[in-house]
Amino acid sequence: MNSSETNYQKRKITEKVGVLGLTAVTVLTVVPIFFVVGYIIVQGAPAISWEFISGFPGDGMKSGGIFPAIVGTFYLTIGTAIFSVPLGIGAAIYLSEYATDNTFTRLIRVSIINLAGIPSVVYGLFGLGLFVLFLNFGTSILAGSLTLSIMTLPIIISTAEEALRAVPQSFRVVSQSLGGTKWQTIRKVVLPQALPGIITGIILGLERAAGETAPILFTVAAFFLPRLPSSPFDATMALPYHLFVISTQVPGMPVKIQFGTALVLLVFTLSMNLIAAVIRYRARAKRQW
Amino acid sequence: METNQDIKILVDNYSLQYSDGTESLRNITLPIYRHCINVLLGPSGGGKSSLLRSLNRLNDLADVSRVSGQILLDGEDVLSPEIDVIELRRRVGMVFSRPVVLPMSIRENITYGLELAGVKKQSVLDQAVERCLKQAALWDEVKDRLDDSANALSGGQKQRVCLARSLATEPEVILLDEPTSGLDPISTLKVESSLQNLKSEYTIVLVPHSIQQAGRTSDYCAFFLQGEMIEHLPGQTMFTNPQEERTRDYVEGRFG
Repeated sequence: MNSSETNYQKRKITEKVGVLGLTAVTVLTVVPIFFVVGYIIVQGAPAISWEFISGFPGDGMKSGGIFPAIVGTFYLTIGTAIFSVPLGIGAAIYLSEYATDNTFTRLIRVSIINLAGIPSVVYGLFGLGLFVLFLNFGTSILAGSLTLSIMTLPIIISTAEEALRAVPQSFRVVSQSLGGTKWQTIRKVVLPQALPGIITGIILGLERAAGETAPILFTVAAFFLPRLPSSPFDATMALPYHLFVISTQVPGMPVKIQFGTALVLLVFTLSMNLIAAVIRYRARAKRQW
Repeated sequence: METNQDIKILVDNYSLQYSDGTESLRNITLPIYRHCINVLLGPSGGGKSSLLRSLNRLNDLADVSRVSGQILLDGEDVLSPEIDVIELRRRVGMVFSRPVVLPMSIRENITYGLELAGVKKQSVLDQAVERCLKQAALWDEVKDRLDDSANALSGGQKQRVCLARSLATEPEVILLDEPTSGLDPISTLKVESSLQNLKSEYTIVLVPHSIQQAGRTSDYCAFFLQGEMIEHLPGQTMFTNPQEERTRDYVEGRFG
């Protein structure tokens, strides 16, 4: 009796210590995130003004605004979406709904997984070789969007495929038992149910594309342009590259402009994150399975 | 009983094997009578569901390796590669053991099959909703909330939505695979009594979820054991005077 009681006490203490340890470790991992965000806000907030958001850089970038970089990143995000969304969803539908398990489809899956692991600077070089030089698009929004699309595709494909697979198989069987073709079933039941997950994947993919520097380095980004791009064949400034430039290439840059730019980029990507979270949350509340 | 002799589907020397060799049917020959409740009875793994899913070619979705024989629906072989499977599934409706409502409203669940078939006229759709829900004995319970999510219904109500849904395309045959296995006794009786009402218009093939249910419902009953059909008799005879020892043992509850 006595010894079992002490055993019980011991186990209780071990349990408590364990949980405490795990909690501490978890807290430790999020602390840096708050520091990074907090630091950027504190350092960057003083730079934010209407003129900073809507003006062109002046005085060798040391004053003025970052409007062309904001517009450029916006264009690149849209451009990336135009190419990667239809391709990614199409591939995901094929893989989830049509592909049988054979050597060919396994090869495709392995390729997609490996595509996701390629360093972004390699995509940049690839884009330079294929789109800028070989296809002669020049350093342009088109070349940059295509490069970012290739980088984004694996994310979109794998999240969309996962979302499609999560739709219960029984819905497909029921729909086909009622005289639905495979495509009708996908369009009317499977896709609507998977849509929130697919959209979340798209946003996360585009968010990554919006924040990348390396892939746009050789394919689209301009150091400084006095006017906004007017066609897909124009080069453009972009937030991540602009941040890189003003942090490393311009001596005597005011710190608050650097952090102000970082803050704008952060708000851009975090608000995309927020939209994805809202979509997920609302879909989960509405989900019927 | 004249009409009872009228064969709607003739399963003729039908065999089926899955790729992984799990479950198979061997040389099944079985008439399915028009305007009757045709019951497929037997312990699980006997091939009843496989046969059921062969009748509307839903087995196409499964991994079937070999099929032989014929299944004649009004004299036409449904296994033939030339048959329009989509059209076949409109003629041969199905209700599953788990009441899976589609993630939409009650109304949309019922009209789903019709809309797939290209029916757009609202008056036709509305009429179908009322007719089918009445046939499935659900109309009075849901008529005021047709646009609510079907998922909010109880299990028994969901299963009657599934039944109503399968009636919407006005099939000739309805296949039911243990349609009451998840239901309480009251709901089960409701489903069974709607089946009795439906058989005047439809041909019904039922895999019952209990021997008792088979006894209550069957006009004709076939007993399946490990992929073989042991015997096929009128429902009354099956439960009072089966010819085969194995059937008797099963019906009297000695195994299964």
